[in-house]
Amino acid sequence: MTLRNALIITQREVRDSFRDWRIMGPIFTLTLIFPLLAQGMTEAITNFFEENGATASQVEVLLPLLPLIVGFFPISISLVIALETFVGEKERRSLEPLLSTPLTNIELYLGKALAAMIPPLLASYLGIGVYVTGLIASGQWTPPAVVIVQILLLTTAQALVMVTGAVVVSSQTTSTRASNLLASFIILPTSFLVLFESLVIVNNRLDALWWVLVGLVVTVMILLRMGVQLFNREELLGRAIDNINLQWLWGLFRKQFTKGAKNLVAWYRQSVFPTLREMRPAMLVVVIAIVGMFIGGIVIARVQTQWQIPAGYATERSELVKNFEQTINLGNGVLSVGGIFMQNLRVLSVASFLAIFTLGVMSIFFGSVTFGALGFLLGQPIVATLGAGTIAAALIPHSLAELPAIIIAAGAATRLGAIFTAPPKGQGVMEAWVRAFADLIKVWIALVIPLLLIGAVLETVLTPRLVLAVLGG
Amino acid sequence: MIEAHALTKTFDGILAVDALSLRIEPGSVFAFLGPNGAGKTTTIRMLTSILAPTSGWAKVAGYDVVRQAPQVRASVGVLTEQHGLYERMKALEYLEFFGRIYHLPASLIRRRAKDLMERFGLADSINRRVGEFSKGMKQKIALVRAMLHNPPILLLDEPTSAMDPQSAKQVRDAIIELKADHKRTIILTTHNLTEAQQLADRIGVIRRGRLIANGTFDELSTRFVGEPIMELRLGQPLNGLSDELRHELDITESGPDWLRYRTATPETTNPALLNKLISNGAQVITLAEVPRSLEMVYLQIVAEDENQAEKVARHGNHN
Repeated sequence: MTLRNALIITQREVRDSFRDWRIMGPIFTLTLIFPLLAQGMTEAITNFFEENGATASQVEVLLPLLPLIVGFFPISISLVIALETFVGEKERRSLEPLLSTPLTNIELYLGKALAAMIPPLLASYLGIGVYVTGLIASGQWTPPAVVIVQILLLTTAQALVMVTGAVVVSSQTTSTRASNLLASFIILPTSFLVLFESLVIVNNRLDALWWVLVGLVVTVMILLRMGVQLFNREELLGRAIDNINLQWLWGLFRKQFTKGAKNLVAWYRQSVFPTLREMRPAMLVVVIAIVGMFIGGIVIARVQTQWQIPAGYATERSELVKNFEQTINLGNGVLSVGGIFMQNLRVLSVASFLAIFTLGVMSIFFGSVTFGALGFLLGQPIVATLGAGTIAAALIPHSLAELPAIIIAAGAATRLGAIFTAPPKGQGVMEAWVRAFADLIKVWIALVIPLLLIGAVLETVLTPRLVLAVLGG
Repeated sequence: MIEAHALTKTFDGILAVDALSLRIEPGSVFAFLGPNGAGKTTTIRMLTSILAPTSGWAKVAGYDVVRQAPQVRASVGVLTEQHGLYERMKALEYLEFFGRIYHLPASLIRRRAKDLMERFGLADSINRRVGEFSKGMKQKIALVRAMLHNPPILLLDEPTSAMDPQSAKQVRDAIIELKADHKRTIILTTHNLTEAQQLADRIGVIRRGRLIANGTFDELSTRFVGEPIMELRLGQPLNGLSDELRHELDITESGPDWLRYRTATPETTNPALLNKLISNGAQVITLAEVPRSLEMVYLQIVAEDENQAEKVARHGNHN
């Protein structure tokens, strides 16, 4: 039923697009005229390079570039159509009668997304077809089938990225003006991607295009999930104006931060610990990433023998003891505690900041990458010579404080970044984000900063002494 | 039937609808009155399962607006505040599109579309592009769309706002007919108080998200502008009659040959008064109720609410 209903919408929208000369004019031009121009360009480029001493095989490396470009221009219109069908319809108030029907949100989303994609994609395929047929017919170049498949798949994936991105943009705006401004966040990265693909082609690394395709598919899946979550009646009609209500935002932040607690103990009990419980799924993701990175590090250290630290580097025991004594001396100063604390704070702050723009990916990465390096070091055969006691003494004391701090901070940041993809039911994106941000600040003040401080003190004062004791220094 | 209990909606901390409760029986028209931004459209959107209530519940045609949203939307026909038509489509094409969404057979869609368009005087325009229609015609085609799937509930937001008097009458007649023939429940929001008075069985006034009055016209007028006022006109000066009647009647105003009095029981007061006047040889020219308009009642409701709000604000400031 879902697809059948969605297709009712698609059919109407596609028919509407075909009746709109503002859409059909550029599509027609880009489909038929641009490929012919591109064909002329191909001939000119080929002649130019050959006249300047390039071999036929060197010139051929460049040729897949043009079908990629020929395909990209028509699909860029999918962004315009998507913004028009979503925000344009919202602006013209023709969306509400549609929202009053029994169609589900997914049917509406699917129907409109397909409608935004079909005409430009058809135009794109047709354009590539016209161009490639022209090349073959004129005997200029016969592209390998795999290149054509790659280009068609990349074009489709790029169109999907733009349409799914446009849905996300349009669900958060109320006018085509605002959505056109935000659309640059979609068209610019996609254009850069096409440039990157061009570089890959020029470097004759067509196999790398498969990885680009995988990356695009993952992006589409994330945007699709965001779109399905955000393309709902509540978001579309509940958002009447784009104005920022600072008073409301501050009130919301304060309420989420304090949860009505009147003193510090109550704050921990009513606000901090319940937030930790809510953050459990995000923290679990971080823990899984940490474990994965750690094991991955050990495996790499063991498997990639060429990367192993040579056995000759094994330091004399007395040398190790001397090193740790120096560390202890340094640790007597406040600077070292502050240095370690500030370093950890810096890394977690950057991870949290980047998480906002990467849907939580960078907080998972930053939160776990150190453990990959740690796994790699501990996986080195020469480390075994230190003995388990030394390793435990070097890692465990301060980790008891730092590890929870990392998991909590990275979990809060992951939740903050990922909230865009799936705001909790009944909450708009802005509300959900402000709540998650308040939670992040809350756990930082209540737990992360104190734990990092404790960890830094332990790492400076206790850890080197313990290691020294174990080493017998 | 439509039933709502403590229905509340907030947007980003702003209270749009505040604990609204109502019950509208089948076969009746409920007029929803209130200034712009009072919460009428938000309430209608909640009753159409477009917006989910922040708290409270509502049932439309027996279905819960949150848990059974698709069934609710299948049971209602909505005329939105702005008709929102697809202007490049032909009228019939447009109706066929919506008919398909409701899974109506093609032949039924065509038959209903033609019947309804004929009823609203649009029969000649069935194959014209909607974009070529006048404002009133667009309003009518939107109304046809709302009625196409023959829903038991109709939610009509300003159904005659853009229409000429003749078209508006056609729509009003259709509403009366629909209510009577098919036992439909109809909610009507309008700023046209004469229309509301003419069509509605019950009237609700919403202001700042709160339903501040709800009842039949007679109930509301009695509550807010008092008991009916009767006007008596005589063929001669009242002279001392006015003082004599003052003991028996609640006289509000009087002139040389006329007087007005308030009565909760005109059915007993009026015949008794007439008997007395005739037996005294008075020449009664007319005895009739002073007409009370919905406008008068509405303004009074709003004024009382305003006073109440001011009192609360003052009280709050003193504290």
